[in-house]
Amino acid sequence: MAAQHAEHALTPTGYIQHHLTFLTKPIGDTPFWTLHLDTLVTSAVLGIVVFGFLYWVVSGATAGVPTKRQAFVELAIDFVNEQARSMFHGDIRFLAPLALTVFVWVFFMNAMDFLPVDIMALFYKHAFGLENWRSVPTSDINTTFALALTVWLLMIFFSVKAKGVGGFIHELFCAPFGSNPSLWLFNFLFNIVEYISKPLSHSLRLYGNMYAGEIIFLLLGLWAATGVAGTLFGALLSAGWAIFHILIVALQAFIFMMLTIVYIAMAHESH
Amino acid sequence: MNINFTLVAQAISFSIFIWFTARFVWPPLMKAVEDRQKKIADGLAAADRGQQALLQAQGSAQEVVNGAKQQSQDLLANTQKRVDDMIEQAKVAAKAEGERQLAAARANVEQEVQQARETLRGQVAALALAGAEQILMREIDLAKHQEVLQKLGARL
Repeated sequence: MAAQHAEHALTPTGYIQHHLTFLTKPIGDTPFWTLHLDTLVTSAVLGIVVFGFLYWVVSGATAGVPTKRQAFVELAIDFVNEQARSMFHGDIRFLAPLALTVFVWVFFMNAMDFLPVDIMALFYKHAFGLENWRSVPTSDINTTFALALTVWLLMIFFSVKAKGVGGFIHELFCAPFGSNPSLWLFNFLFNIVEYISKPLSHSLRLYGNMYAGEIIFLLLGLWAATGVAGTLFGALLSAGWAIFHILIVALQAFIFMMLTIVYIAMAHESH
Repeated sequence: MNINFTLVAQAISFSIFIWFTARFVWPPLMKAVEDRQKKIADGLAAADRGQQALLQAQGSAQEVVNGAKQQSQDLLANTQKRVDDMIEQAKVAAKAEGERQLAAARANVEQEVQQARETLRGQVAALALAGAEQILMREIDLAKHQEVLQKLGARL
């Protein structure tokens, strides 16, 4: 056993590395053609469960007196709807469901962070025979970039849709400083920086928060190496961090949703 | 930080979830919520209308009551007036009748007195004539003094 997991020897580094190793599946020759099965499966299962639940509630929705279940879902949807409506004064028939999808999905992917890392590792190992399995899809940068870039593409799509191709290109060169030809270069550079920074800040913020949260859980888990007292102390600190993490999980999901709404709303504004 | 094809795969599942939410989750629930809002608005409007109708009904009921009151008062006043009239008429009629009867009785009495006087006069005249006849048996020629005697009789 020890030889088999030589790369994850029971040192602090090995412990942390073990928990930060993805279950990968190569599907091509270069490193790019690799899939993180844990990220994909966890996020897909979460998505199917959560959106399946929403669909189940909504398909039985009534305009009369709602059940508690329906009222709860309506509360969440109304919350998202209000946010979208307050920030975008246009047709929100697509924007609001998009924001709901982002909020709910990111929230539950973040919430996977609450699961205790070592117990889950044992569970994955003994239930499925999986040596490496990372539970939190949003601490995989691929997930956050996938979300941010999808929103980014939608942003460009809506920008072109709202202003036309000509309007979009015009804005690329003539905003924000002005349409004087001597300013075209500056405008263009400014816009390029903006178009690059938007998905970067959007995705890295979420990734950084969730990744850091996970690392802190792992570091606190290291207390277990110091004996019973250390284990208890580490457990206490982990509980404290988990409670604080509830805030981060919800807040990051909220911020990701708000930025999504803001970006799409800004795409509709013409200068 | 290793970017790989997972990104594309995640983007695809994200897109599917967006589509699913926008297609199957959002519209039915929004429809339910909007239907409920409409229902509530309708209910409130109906309540308002009910309130209005109640006020109107109260107003018209008051009107009807007032009308009935007025009518009954009128009726009472009319009746009173008619009763007074009737009493007055009856009084007048009774007075007239009384006077008529009094007059009739008086006339009757007068007539009877007249008659009695007539009779008495006749009798006195006859008596006087008889007395005078007795006294003046010879001197008076009945046929001759008829006129004088009759005059006398008329004066009695």
